[in-house]
Amino acid sequence: METRKKELEKFLDAYPAKTKKNRRSHIVVRDSSLEEQQIIEANTRTIPGVITNRGCAYAGCKGVVLGPIKDMAHIVHGPIGCSYYAWGTRRNKAKTKDGEVNLINYAFSSDMQESDVVFGGDKKLAAMVDEIVETFKPKAVTISATCPVGLIGDDIGAVAKAAEAKHGIPVMSFSCEGYKGVSQSAGHHIANNVLMQRVIGSGEIEEAEGKYAINILGEYNIGGDSWEIERVLKDIGYHVVSVMTGDGSYETLKNAHTAELNLVQCHRSINYIAEMLEEKYGTPWLKVNFIGVQSTIESLRNMATYFGDPALTQKTEEVIARELAAVESKLEQFKKICDGKTAFCFVGGSRGHHYQGLFKEIGIDTVLAGYEFAHRDDYEGREVIPDIKLDADSKNIEEIKVSKDEKRYKIRILKERLDQIKDKIPLSYYGGMIKDMPDGSIMVDDLNHYETEEFIKILKPDILASGIKDKYVIQKMGIPSKQLHSYDYSGPYAGFRGALKFAEDITMGFTSPTWNYITPPWKQKPILDGTVTEGGK
Amino acid sequence: MLDATTKEMKPRLSGGVINPAKTCQPIGAMYAALGIHKCLPHSHGSQGCCSYHRMHLTRHFRDPVMASTSSFTEGASVFGGGANLKTAIKNVFTIYNPDIMAVHTTCLSETIGDDIPTIIKQSEVPDGKLVIHASTPSYVGSHITGFSNMVKGAVTYLAEATMEEKKEQVNIIPGFVNPGDMREIKRMAKVMGVKNIVLPDTSGVLDSPMTGEFDMFPKGGTKIAEIVDTGNSKMSIALGSFASSDAAYALERKCKVKPAVLKTPIGIKATDEFLMTLSSNFGKEVAKELEEERGQLVDIMTDTHFHFHGKKVAVFGDPDIVIGLTEYLLSLGMIPVHVLTGTPGSKFETEIKEMLARAGIEGSNVKAAGDLYTFHQWIKNQPADLMIGNTYGKYIARAEDIPFVRVGFPILDRSVHSYMPIVGYKGAMRLLEMISNALLDRKDRDSADEDFELVM
Repeated sequence: METRKKELEKFLDAYPAKTKKNRRSHIVVRDSSLEEQQIIEANTRTIPGVITNRGCAYAGCKGVVLGPIKDMAHIVHGPIGCSYYAWGTRRNKAKTKDGEVNLINYAFSSDMQESDVVFGGDKKLAAMVDEIVETFKPKAVTISATCPVGLIGDDIGAVAKAAEAKHGIPVMSFSCEGYKGVSQSAGHHIANNVLMQRVIGSGEIEEAEGKYAINILGEYNIGGDSWEIERVLKDIGYHVVSVMTGDGSYETLKNAHTAELNLVQCHRSINYIAEMLEEKYGTPWLKVNFIGVQSTIESLRNMATYFGDPALTQKTEEVIARELAAVESKLEQFKKICDGKTAFCFVGGSRGHHYQGLFKEIGIDTVLAGYEFAHRDDYEGREVIPDIKLDADSKNIEEIKVSKDEKRYKIRILKERLDQIKDKIPLSYYGGMIKDMPDGSIMVDDLNHYETEEFIKILKPDILASGIKDKYVIQKMGIPSKQLHSYDYSGPYAGFRGALKFAEDITMGFTSPTWNYITPPWKQKPILDGTVTEGGK
Repeated sequence: MLDATTKEMKPRLSGGVINPAKTCQPIGAMYAALGIHKCLPHSHGSQGCCSYHRMHLTRHFRDPVMASTSSFTEGASVFGGGANLKTAIKNVFTIYNPDIMAVHTTCLSETIGDDIPTIIKQSEVPDGKLVIHASTPSYVGSHITGFSNMVKGAVTYLAEATMEEKKEQVNIIPGFVNPGDMREIKRMAKVMGVKNIVLPDTSGVLDSPMTGEFDMFPKGGTKIAEIVDTGNSKMSIALGSFASSDAAYALERKCKVKPAVLKTPIGIKATDEFLMTLSSNFGKEVAKELEEERGQLVDIMTDTHFHFHGKKVAVFGDPDIVIGLTEYLLSLGMIPVHVLTGTPGSKFETEIKEMLARAGIEGSNVKAAGDLYTFHQWIKNQPADLMIGNTYGKYIARAEDIPFVRVGFPILDRSVHSYMPIVGYKGAMRLLEMISNALLDRKDRDSADEDFELVM
């Protein structure tokens, strides 16, 4: 471990002094022997000039949270680029039945021109909302602001309000300008706030239409993940009220208040809503992880524990046994090839943690992990939330307070029982990434390009799980790279079948014969024939 | 698939865009800057822009796209981005050590009005290193405008006329095309025996070989000394008026280099013009090797004309590419029924309409500053046999069940395309193969068993 720390110091020396000091606080070498919990700096500004993988608040709001909702028209107010880049690029699969609105493949932009920046773009936006509503008949409309909108002071709230009065459908505005906060995370928060204020609970249903009603929060149905999770849950007998927001719809989200339990898959992007739902309606939330066989089993058992119904528990075990039997031996086959290898796992805001278990199941140890846009609690666990100091960038993101809904608030589960099971299952709790990481492994927040290269040199991983921007950098070094934002257009990777698909894809990464051709044969052995004789004769 | 698109076309009075056929300036500037050797593009604005542009370029090229950002937060947006850019310049040269940084702006830094040249002057730029810039507000033009602005910026900052007499060499400004195209353009100039500087040149950068090692600054790209030397060239050939003419005119103003603005050499006529321009200005015969390729192209055009003659084509994409394609489609006897670009500029419509009129074609839809929603509506009202455009067209092609050939930027769902040229006679052959195959595959798919034929 001391060598690790020294190696780390050495490569940090290449940074200018201020940059070095900053970056060192974002890197932790895991050491469980320390008496105090290790602290990592997170959710602070990226240093200008450092090549980062991070995006912006707009990307988090429209790109991640709102984009997958299929029956709403998501209008982007700004110059063309922002709408264009968030169009069809996140693999949020969605399907609709005949006659339902599906706008998932449309991009709506106010396409601000210079004159709009000078004279204001709100009139153009208002006219556009009218056109979109009349033509596409969405269930609701979102308006997301991009950088210049906040600067020139277009009142998108007023535009939304007027349009709502005119058309009689919800029109919501999101001030998610790219410069807000320090990463995508700010945008998740902004989106969550409005969804909570305007959508969730706006439905009229008081009771869920099925037994064991749940919401799946922070699951974006990348490559069909949510459908695979829902397949198993429905088999066990759960009633899925809504998914936020993969394959999500305004029609289902508005009745999310009727669930008995909220599952939280991606803690970072949606813990806000989970907490607010608990506050307002009394619905507890359970941290789940459907990535990896063991995590899926554990999550299913935790859910059964929560509901405490013997029939549900029995059905849970039956389904687990059935699903496990279908994948176990096949996973073993892949494990034979992957065993003993090491990985970096640097992705977004939950996968950096979730995928470590799945890697382990096929014999791969994660030696470095981190998140692009997490906060300290995603690394260190929710217990550090009171210690997190808000800086200027976080303070600018609105915190909304919700209060008990007198009519709908109900105690889902008796306090006595709650206390009993709280020790067994992570109710309203997330322990963070660090507790699961072995000693000597490295945790890095906002891993940048230079550090990726340097850590690869030191740790020599066999595979990197990352995103598109560094995928080809890594592969040029002769190391397989797996995109864990888009899954390299494979998947689903969630649940039992997903784990198997992941194992198959990772194994393919190692066994592809293509790697063998990197060094040309003439560089591997001499081409010229000849014999070496003693004494030069 | 796109079920909400209506056949009924209402005038879009708001000016808003549905399903864009263009994107913003900075990504074009980033791409152009990558075509300079040992250059790190730098995006001055919030980091999301840089992230989106790198993501998008990486998906198209499937190669590393390196770029840094000023990472604006709210403070910089209020107080100006000067401090961010100065910090960035220091960090970039210390950590990554490029020879040159090419800064482009975003709609954010443009709106607050950061004075980039002044900030650069106040920054610590190490000896022997360079920082250039281009102003690329996203609310003007498109990614093509941004590309054009960065190429213009490079020559404005760097080109110098240092000699009494101009050198017998040509500057070729290839436009927003793939590395495979830039390689082909260089090959043609080499075969013609004309010393050339291609700017920008992303070949060797965005199609770099796999060696087992990552090099942040690969071998390719126009060298700084070559960009300086463009001021000494006898002439500049700008391929594509939208993406390349500004740089050529800037060189004329600054260094008195004679400009010639030609079409992007897609298809037979535009390639002929390109080679004849080289020939007449440098006193070189058109090389036998190229004449042979031309003959091969005409041979296959003739051999296969009945597969495509008279077929109706809907084409969209970047203006220079679409202009070249339209001319080529006409030379094949095809009928461009819908022609659209997202980039604004009335000369696009004028040029296409003139070409159509010369070919005696009436009733086609032609539009600059259009979007794919409009394009889709056109097709609903007047069906086409074939669609040509970038990846975003695939939704329309599926919805309307039309064979689809992917050409242009971006192509996100297919690989290898960025290595293969569409320019020159070789590129024309490849396009012809793609067009014919798409139509023949469709014929095979649609034919009854008894009509399914081995020889076509």
